[in-house]
Amino acid sequence: MSEVTPRTGDPVITPALVAEHGLTRAEYERLVAMLGRTATFTELGVVSALWSEHCSYKHSRPVLKTLPTTAPYVLQGPGENAGVISIGDGLAVAFKIESHNHPSAVEPYQGAATGVGGILRDVFTMGARPIAMLNSLRFGTLDDSRVRYLFSGVVKGIGDYGNCVGIPTVAGEIVFDPAYESNPLVNAMCVGLMHEEDLIRAKAQGVGNPIMAVGARTGRDGIHGASFASEDLSEASDTKRPRIQVGDPFTEKLLLEASLELIKSGHIVAIQDMGAAGLTSSSAEMAERGDVGVTIDVTKVPTRESGMTPYEILLSESQERMLVVAKKGHEDGVRAILSKWDLTAAVIGEVIAEPVYRVTEGSKIVAEFPGSRLVTDCPIYSPEARESSDIVALRNTDPNSIPARPEEKDHVWTLQRLLSSPTIASKTWAYRQYDSTVRTNTVVGPGGDAAVLRVRGTNKAIAVKTDGNGRYVYLDPRVGGRIAVAEAARNVACTGARPMAITNCLNFGNPTRPEVFYQFKEAVAGMGEACRALGTPVTGGNVSLYNESPAGAVYPTPVIGMIGLVDDISRVTRSTFQHDGDAILLLGEMGGELGGSEYLATIHGKVVGAPPRCDPVREKLVIDALLAAIEAGVVSSAHDCSDGGLAIALAECCIANRDCESGAEIDLSGYSSLTDRGILFGETQGRIIISSPAPERVLAVAKAAGIPCAQIGRVLRHSDSLDITLPKSSLRSPLSVLRRAYHSTIPAIMSRTVEHANFDELSPVAAH
Amino acid sequence: MKFGIVTFPGSNCDYDAFHAVTEIVGEEATYLWHKDHDLQGSDVIILPGGFSYGDYLRAGAIARFSPIMQEVVAHAKSGAPVLGICNGFQIACEAGLLPGALMRNSHLQFVSAEVRVRVENAETMFTNLYERGEVLRIPVAHGDGRFVATPDVLDQLEGDGRVIFKYADANGNASADANPNGSERNIAGIISDGGNVLGLMPHPERACSPLLGSSDGVRLLESILSRVAA
Repeated sequence: MSEVTPRTGDPVITPALVAEHGLTRAEYERLVAMLGRTATFTELGVVSALWSEHCSYKHSRPVLKTLPTTAPYVLQGPGENAGVISIGDGLAVAFKIESHNHPSAVEPYQGAATGVGGILRDVFTMGARPIAMLNSLRFGTLDDSRVRYLFSGVVKGIGDYGNCVGIPTVAGEIVFDPAYESNPLVNAMCVGLMHEEDLIRAKAQGVGNPIMAVGARTGRDGIHGASFASEDLSEASDTKRPRIQVGDPFTEKLLLEASLELIKSGHIVAIQDMGAAGLTSSSAEMAERGDVGVTIDVTKVPTRESGMTPYEILLSESQERMLVVAKKGHEDGVRAILSKWDLTAAVIGEVIAEPVYRVTEGSKIVAEFPGSRLVTDCPIYSPEARESSDIVALRNTDPNSIPARPEEKDHVWTLQRLLSSPTIASKTWAYRQYDSTVRTNTVVGPGGDAAVLRVRGTNKAIAVKTDGNGRYVYLDPRVGGRIAVAEAARNVACTGARPMAITNCLNFGNPTRPEVFYQFKEAVAGMGEACRALGTPVTGGNVSLYNESPAGAVYPTPVIGMIGLVDDISRVTRSTFQHDGDAILLLGEMGGELGGSEYLATIHGKVVGAPPRCDPVREKLVIDALLAAIEAGVVSSAHDCSDGGLAIALAECCIANRDCESGAEIDLSGYSSLTDRGILFGETQGRIIISSPAPERVLAVAKAAGIPCAQIGRVLRHSDSLDITLPKSSLRSPLSVLRRAYHSTIPAIMSRTVEHANFDELSPVAAH
Repeated sequence: MKFGIVTFPGSNCDYDAFHAVTEIVGEEATYLWHKDHDLQGSDVIILPGGFSYGDYLRAGAIARFSPIMQEVVAHAKSGAPVLGICNGFQIACEAGLLPGALMRNSHLQFVSAEVRVRVENAETMFTNLYERGEVLRIPVAHGDGRFVATPDVLDQLEGDGRVIFKYADANGNASADANPNGSERNIAGIISDGGNVLGLMPHPERACSPLLGSSDGVRLLESILSRVAA
């Protein structure tokens, strides 16, 4: 029936125009072959968005397929808006992580805010009410004024959005490293809770069912955001500021309530966020999942400006919009719910039997693709992967060959410098800007090993955490990938939770460079090994490639978002020392590995050596032993040893909680086969510091699990110092020194003027 | 006793208030929709926290024009209890139920933290189960919480015992360091001339369970019961 004709006024397709859309010649030829004719400008736009790396995963898909994705409790794995796992009692948890790196590099406030908005929508479109937000942030070093601008803008953007919607931001991580100087990483994770029967999938079904656009109106903002996220950042990136969307958390809050009501109402069969590539990707993906055809009339889409072309309407990334497939005859029911929340709903299309994806402008067809081939015909690439010899050389450097600095004779000097390294220092400056207690479920908030939220109506709680270490992955992607998963698992286990499942955000450079693709493949392989050993399948996530600036690629940085389940909320365990006289134990090996450590980076300015070994099977045994001890009720506190090693972990146990400081006396003199600095600052994996009133019972549990465990000291609530005896020397530090280094560093740096930052001008309050 | 909790578009602590009333205090609660005029027979009205109308224009400035607010104002004028928490305090000020105004925090950042407040007056319908001078641990979470008023209004509030809570340190000193937002005279909560409208920035409904860190807020809700029931 149909005839697609070019629209009057649309540009003619030329090789230059194709290139501008980020498509290769071969990809354009593929499009022409699929259509059997020349594409229209609208069709070119649609394909450029859907076949962008961001939407299509064309370089990453075959590698991602190697990850484990199933477990008896996984209700929804990858491929939907968010993953979903059952936690028993008829309840389920939906969760997902996503990147907003490129927008945040150009416009930190809106970039971060809309990242939060998008991930919230991914979770509530599954039928879950969001209960927690987390975020993993990476920036350059804070001595740079632009980095301070980015850091404060991102934090304010996250805070303003999440606070207004009323979802607590409870955990995350913030890392500072020159590798992220001009390409910060902003990964946001959302966790939602639902009744299993409310689970809804974004699958268009039922011929004749109306397709409706709900929520905010469509404007010209964010056009081609998905393509922008799929190319390297450059000097010219600033000119792409208009591709960055503007968020309105107030509308999001209304849309959240309206959407949950819609899902409960029985008026709809499917719902999906109009996220990256907007109406185009949401409609095409829903049609593909349901194996049906759709037709959309762009003149029916509510717009906020006049004269928008089909191209613009299809590719707009205006925020706070949803695409809904309603049941035929229930349109008024949908409208009534939206109108209660002062939002619009308009029928813009229909599910059709004809296997076609059709866009009309009134009666005129402006774009048409056969079947679901728009989604399924996307090219898939398996580029060359080859490790860089420079990195092999770095890895083969022996960290012990680096001589200690003269100042290191005084271990307190080193400890102080590490504690005040912004990556290790307290991030309270940022967390204070996030409402972490709204919804009154936050049992453990920001600053612990993982956050813990109670599950109302049950005796359970869930623990959540994001983790990643780009430096390890850079030096050895396979090992780094394993560690990312293992550390996240250890973190949730320290609160008393059993690790259940993960979502991942894979931040890498340009995949067409063999050394980058090697990192990607290897890191995913390492993650897969750890996920299998730990029994934590991947339920979804996001890949962000092209994280490169003229200065080069960022460290390859897979970020893991882990969900853990606490069966008995009375067993929730804190990370800091609690009781005077408790024994301090080290569960796991002493190790002393310095490769890739924060110590080498901060004290020596070197990123070298092999990262610490990581045996996922052993990690599982450590976690099982820890959980058995917690279950036995003999653990007062548990804290993972990570960045900065044992000395930093011990210092954190003493002073991280300002309301409950403790001193400690530690004796490590028996580890004479290791260097003193290796003992203090080595980052050997699979280690947990436990404080306990019944050390013999912890030792017995560890022995049964075949994991080394040693009593290394005692908590002294009334002592004002941390004292560590080493084989060849000792460290005695007043807590006041540690406290100042840990708590005052970031506030002191950020109280310097933040150049060209007036975020109030950007916030919606002032913008309206 | 029945608590009516108003839901404005953008309210996000209505749910927390509802659960504190029903699960912790064990009283009846109902949500009141902003477009309605019906208080559904509520004895106590709670204006909850959040970002009503996105805080557009000014926190609380649009919410005061909601249909339900006509009834809330009438309820307050009749001497019945109204509790405004955080955004609810801002709305109560905008609606003229309380004097003064809440401005952007002095450090210009949102502040989310557990703070301490000192009970200044324990003889009100909201505080009769506390001791005067007692220090409570209660979370705050706001961007516009700096209480301001003219010096004579402040003097009058203090003179009349209408300053109910002040930010303080653990020892009960209302020091500058203990003030999270730059409020004049460390004021965290005030009461109306008639003693029946309390506005405060801290969130007592978030301090209702030892599991979440503090249950110091419970007695505020229970105070209302004991007074109204009496």
